[in-house]
Amino acid sequence: MSNTPLDLLKLNLDEKVYVKLRGARSMTGTLQAFDSHCNIVLSDAVETVYDIVDGEMRSSERSSEMVFVRGDSVTLITTPEDEE
Amino acid sequence: MLFFSFFKTLVDQEVVVQLKNDIELKGTLQSVDQFLNLKLDNISCTDQEKYPHLVSVRNIFIRGSTVRYVYLNKNMVDTNLLQDATRREAMSERK
Repeated sequence: MSNTPLDLLKLNLDEKVYVKLRGARSMTGTLQAFDSHCNIVLSDAVETVYDIVDGEMRSSERSSEMVFVRGDSVTLITTPEDEE
Repeated sequence: MLFFSFFKTLVDQEVVVQLKNDIELKGTLQSVDQFLNLKLDNISCTDQEKYPHLVSVRNIFIRGSTVRYVYLNKNMVDTNLLQDATRREAMSERK
C-alpha cells in the first residue's frame, strides 16, 4: 500500500484541521472535502487574517459555517495545536 | 472533478465569493465549468463603499483562478456525501 501525502489527508476528514494560506491568513475548521489541487471545504471555519499596523501585529477573525477554499491559496494543512 | 460536481449541486443557490483582490460578491450561482469558473446572477457587492464600481453590475463571470473563498450555508451541503465522494476521488486518483 503506497501512501501518498494526500492519502494521509483522508485520515483528517471530519476532523479539525489548521490550514495556512497565502497572504498572512490561516483557517481552522472541520475538513469535509479536498482534492489533488488542495481545494478544500471546511465547516465551522474560523479564518484569521494577520496584519501589521504601526509595527504591531494585529489579527482579525471571521467565522463561517461552510466555506470552499481554492487550492492555490493553500500552503499547508495540519492538525490544530491545542489552544485555550 | 470532485469540486466541479460539488459546485454543480450548488447551482441556483445564493453564494458569497471572495476574490483574491478582497472584492466580495453575493449572487446566485448560475453555472460552473471544469476550471471552477463561476457565473453569478443578480450580484450585490457586500462592501459597496469600498468597491462602488460594481454597483451597476447584475451578472458576472468570474475566472476560477481569482477566487479565494466561496462561502456557503450549511444546509446546502450533505457533509457525509461530500466526505465519501472525497474518499472515492482520492482512491481513483492513485495510479
